Amino acid sequence: MESKVTQMENEVLRRAANKHKSIKQERLIRLTLTWIVVLAVCVIIIYPLIWTVGASFNPGNSLMSSTMIPETISLEHYKDLFNGKTDYVIWYWNSLKISFLTMIFTLVLVSFTAYSFSRFRFYGRKNGLMLFLLLQMIPQFCALIAIFVLSQMLGMVNSHWALILIYVGGMIPMNTYLMKGYLDAIPKDMDESARMDGAGHMRIFVEIIMPLSKPIIAVIALFAFTGPLGDFILSSTILRTPDKFTLPLGLYNMVSQAMGASYTTYAAGAVLISIPVAALFLWLQKFFVSGLTAGGSKG
Amino acid sequence: MTATSAAVPKTNHALTAALLAIIPGFGQFYNKQWVKGIIFAFFLFCFFLSARDLISHGIWGLTTLGTELPRDNSIFLLAEGIVVVLMLLLVLTLWGISIHDAYACGKTRDEGKELYSLKRQYKNLFDRGFPYLMIAPGFVLLVFVVIFPIVFGFALAFTSYNLYNTPPAKLVTWVGFKTFTNLFTLQMWRSTFFDVLGWTVVWTVLASTFQCAVGVLLAILVNQKDLKFRSIVRTIFILPWAVPGFVTILVFAGMFNDSFGVINGSILPMLGVDDPPRWLIDPFWTKTALIMMQTWLGFPFVFAMTTGVLQAIPEDLYEAATMDGATSYVKLKTITLPLVLYSIAPIIITQYTFNFNNFNIIYLFNGGGPAVAGSQAGGTDILVSWIYKLTMSSSQYNIASAITILLSIFVVSVALWQFRRSNAFKNEDMM
Repeated sequence: MESKVTQMENEVLRRAANKHKSIKQERLIRLTLTWIVVLAVCVIIIYPLIWTVGASFNPGNSLMSSTMIPETISLEHYKDLFNGKTDYVIWYWNSLKISFLTMIFTLVLVSFTAYSFSRFRFYGRKNGLMLFLLLQMIPQFCALIAIFVLSQMLGMVNSHWALILIYVGGMIPMNTYLMKGYLDAIPKDMDESARMDGAGHMRIFVEIIMPLSKPIIAVIALFAFTGPLGDFILSSTILRTPDKFTLPLGLYNMVSQAMGASYTTYAAGAVLISIPVAALFLWLQKFFVSGLTAGGSKG
Repeated sequence: MTATSAAVPKTNHALTAALLAIIPGFGQFYNKQWVKGIIFAFFLFCFFLSARDLISHGIWGLTTLGTELPRDNSIFLLAEGIVVVLMLLLVLTLWGISIHDAYACGKTRDEGKELYSLKRQYKNLFDRGFPYLMIAPGFVLLVFVVIFPIVFGFALAFTSYNLYNTPPAKLVTWVGFKTFTNLFTLQMWRSTFFDVLGWTVVWTVLASTFQCAVGVLLAILVNQKDLKFRSIVRTIFILPWAVPGFVTILVFAGMFNDSFGVINGSILPMLGVDDPPRWLIDPFWTKTALIMMQTWLGFPFVFAMTTGVLQAIPEDLYEAATMDGATSYVKLKTITLPLVLYSIAPIIITQYTFNFNNFNIIYLFNGGGPAVAGSQAGGTDILVSWIYKLTMSSSQYNIASAITILLSIFVVSVALWQFRRSNAFKNEDMM
């Protein structure tokens, strides 16, 4: 009898061990397959980036001879960017200026409109929100023809200010909605108690609402900064001469004028834009997901 | 008049005030709200007196688009007319507000309540005016740089403005829907339009579906709890989103280049492809390259959003499922995927509308090319890039504008449909 019991116990133990082993095996297979996929994707992602960096250090203008890891590292393309052979420094400055001003104006105007729509019940509010919603849906390039025609006729060609105002205007509807969604989630008791203490609308806005909405401000700042930096269609309708170009326009012209001949210089220019933007992006990225999903889940 | 109510007001201040308010400010004067009345009267009278000539000239210009050649520039007249109409709309709104205000205050008086004292009026005016004051700068900007250009652009579709009819040398006239009928009846435009539309749809569906599928699947894959170095992997996966898009598109344009690109130069030969496709010359292969590139560029956004959702799914759901003996596959199918897809559905739809209008990748990669014989557009042009070319290089403004209108109707319908599906309207605070 006893031996039978132990036999059964042994059997159970053996099965458990088997099961454990099979779970372990399954896990091993699963993780191996995962890693194969993950590594493959990593290679596909990183290869073009490394290739660009490699090309930027490659001596000579031709890519024919370029290898991914250059045999001799040359800084000549980086020097070319700054020694006046290209307008790269001007483009960089133009882009920074336009992006920065767009960001500042967008933040001010959007926080004003979002605060009003979120906290006040005024006559015309509903119609205003509907208008913003509709404008958010109509893509901004619908204004392309008008901007092209009118900028020529009204002498706004090459005007950075016209471009900045157009960018800011395009940013308002969507970002107002984004920020309003976030502000709606901030309890109104906060403002009420401050109002009890005698704070005015402006003071509540500056001292209570704004500090509480830092994550969404970060998101909108990033949107407003990177938007102009990635825009080609609107900037190309207004900016026509190389000394007014932004980076996308300048680099596109550099590449398209003589594809291949100046590609390595382009690569150097690309590296110098990508590193700061990517760093800023990765740094703000945490805010990004939380800011977007928080605003989104509240409607 | 209203006999239904027991407490019939003896006075009828509401109606009287509203009627008097048709003359700006007088409704407020009737209610003895002097400050408010003066403000309304001042603005509205000033506007009508000073802008009388501008208004009549603007309306005349808008209806005729000019009659005499050296004197009139149709496009200026059109622009001026639209500005006048927008200004009139704004002022009429203000007028409407003043009438509404007089009516509301009159009603308060009818109900036998006291109107506020002068001091309260000041405070009230500031209090009630505060949201308007805050919205005003953004709204004015919006009117001039977004609404005005869109209305102006749309109006061009109904004119004869194109390469052959360009002011100041020629006058432009209103032509009604002729541009639209031309687009659909003239063989030259019709075939190109439907070719471009077809590719736009194929492009949108394939590129967006790929990038969403890859993003969601990779997020689920990387979210496995026992995977090491998850945060490093996530950072790497987000890189294509972090690097500016135009930079990578131009990099890819170099890599896919038929003569010096690395893909035909070393990668494909290494993989044993002897006869590599000519990426930038054959439309089919350009399209393939574009879809692959957009997947590369677009999946990280979906990946990041999905990861956010996945981390919010409570762990006990999975534990309960494990207790019930569910396999990983069942858990994926019944818990993870439904929750993820439900939460990121709006984001997925925005990916589709985004790619529908994704100008940068099409234009920067190959300029919408390669050129196709007998077509008004390039082989990979989508509607947006075609509109761009029609405007910038062929000066076919009215055709470009007609296509823009069709495209906007489509995009807005999709957006409205999505908006009605999401429960945003049910949320009281939303609107």
